[in-house]
Amino acid sequence: MARPVIQSSSLCNSSSVDHSRILRTQLRFLGIEQPHFRLLNLPKYNSALKLKALKEPMTLTKEMMDEKEMSVVTESESNEFTTLKHRFLNYKKDKYMKNLEHFQSLAETQSPKFMVISCADSRVCPSNILGFQPGEAFVVRNVANLVPPYENGPSETNAALEFAVNTLKVQNILVIGHSRCGGIRALMSMDNETPSSFIRSWVVVGKSARASTKAAASNLSFDQQCKHCEKESVNCSLMNLFTYPWIKDKVNKGELLIHGGYYDFVDCTFEKWTLENNSRVDNQVSIRNREFWC
Amino acid sequence: MAKGNYEKAIVSLQNLLSENEELEPVVAERIDEITAELQTTGCKSFDPVQRIKTGFYYFKTEIYDKNSELFDKLKKGQEPKFLVFACSDSRVSPSHVLNFQPGEAFMARNIANMVPPYDKIKYSGVGAIIEYAVLHLNIENILVIGHSACGGIKALMELPEDGSESNDFIEDWVKIGLPAKAKVLAEHGDKTFEEQVKCCEKEAVNVSLANLLTYPFVSDALVNKNLALKGGYYDFINGRFELWGLNFGLSHPCYI
Repeated sequence: MARPVIQSSSLCNSSSVDHSRILRTQLRFLGIEQPHFRLLNLPKYNSALKLKALKEPMTLTKEMMDEKEMSVVTESESNEFTTLKHRFLNYKKDKYMKNLEHFQSLAETQSPKFMVISCADSRVCPSNILGFQPGEAFVVRNVANLVPPYENGPSETNAALEFAVNTLKVQNILVIGHSRCGGIRALMSMDNETPSSFIRSWVVVGKSARASTKAAASNLSFDQQCKHCEKESVNCSLMNLFTYPWIKDKVNKGELLIHGGYYDFVDCTFEKWTLENNSRVDNQVSIRNREFWC
Repeated sequence: MAKGNYEKAIVSLQNLLSENEELEPVVAERIDEITAELQTTGCKSFDPVQRIKTGFYYFKTEIYDKNSELFDKLKKGQEPKFLVFACSDSRVSPSHVLNFQPGEAFMARNIANMVPPYDKIKYSGVGAIIEYAVLHLNIENILVIGHSACGGIKALMELPEDGSESNDFIEDWVKIGLPAKAKVLAEHGDKTFEEQVKCCEKEAVNVSLANLLTYPFVSDALVNKNLALKGGYYDFINGRFELWGLNFGLSHPCYI
């Protein structure tokens, strides 16, 4: 660990009470280290920068901080470190230490019952809205909670699905859409003029939801169309799940359930539905047990 | 397992019944009891829908309804200060570990909390997250959090030398961390496999931080001091959290 620097020692002082408790419980916390990452020339996004970055990641953690560098640390940055530190310590005190046995057995292995795919939006974390506790849900979060079809090839979402279904053997996959989704808005407002961007190339995964929304809801306002598409894209993702042979197989054997969900944070309601097993006729999946919680 | 025991018990009682008819009423009663017990046990077994329903109603009544000011504001829009990359692992949700509240953190979760290098075709999913967070939400911090006993990093360290792949997508994804693996093997070649995995869990965070610099909008925001990058490591075996920053800036010019 780097020798103490003003920034971290001030953090310790500000929390001396917590700190003594921590020492008693043998918590070692917060090797805050401020590494250097200086560029001597104006940065252009050239290969030299890239190379330097890739070559020297270890220096990021190992180098110590000199006095000059310290003065660069802004107050707001220091506050953020302090905030994160206190948050973790509270988690440790209120949850981790109080359920130590549970956390120790969790540390051995995880066996979540759910694989959840939800949006990266800061308002819809499944740990908050559905109260998933540590160990309960393997979670992927991407823009607009989309599942690409199998044939699209590797992506972070496919890799996580494979790990959850084949290695962890989760029994439920839940895809959660939500109200006022920026990703779905981008999907619905895309036209030929839209410049190429990461967002565009990603949300196009949901293009069939966009097409069916345009077909079914073209008479509605744009906002209403977006809302329609937010739900439609969940169905599109659920259908795409069936393009994965190992998912289809497990669903047909009754080892895996596929659920859709829609969280509306405007009026705090949640809609959920489940896909029917063994009922694939002409690529149609039937929905059962639709529930609306309000 | 329990169910199997009950079924066996019922079968043996039925056998007894057929052998000795006068026991019939007693046995029938016992069978009824066991069946009832079995049904209760069945109800107690995990019901996924009930689980999320309970979770949602708890959130609605205890959190949403009690913080109407916050949630009224969030209806209008989100202004998160953080973009967080964390692993999909069920044990490491940042909303728990760092107590992020609704609206505070735009969140990417994938296997082994990886940020791939800039690639519009291959990695549009992660690119879209960073682009949305940096360009549209103007977030001020990107935090990449690694963790102990990470299955993704273990898979990375176990990748066969010959490049052969045994599953559809996992290996292709964790290969993003190959520079971290190479570094760990070069510097900690003498350590045990477990120790190497642990080193790689932290080293991969640094590779992700470095990869973030390959996104022009990230570099721009860093140069303009609108953005800070941080690495973190959550050790759930010992209950520790490490946090480090990545300084980025221009030095004073040197006149030659």
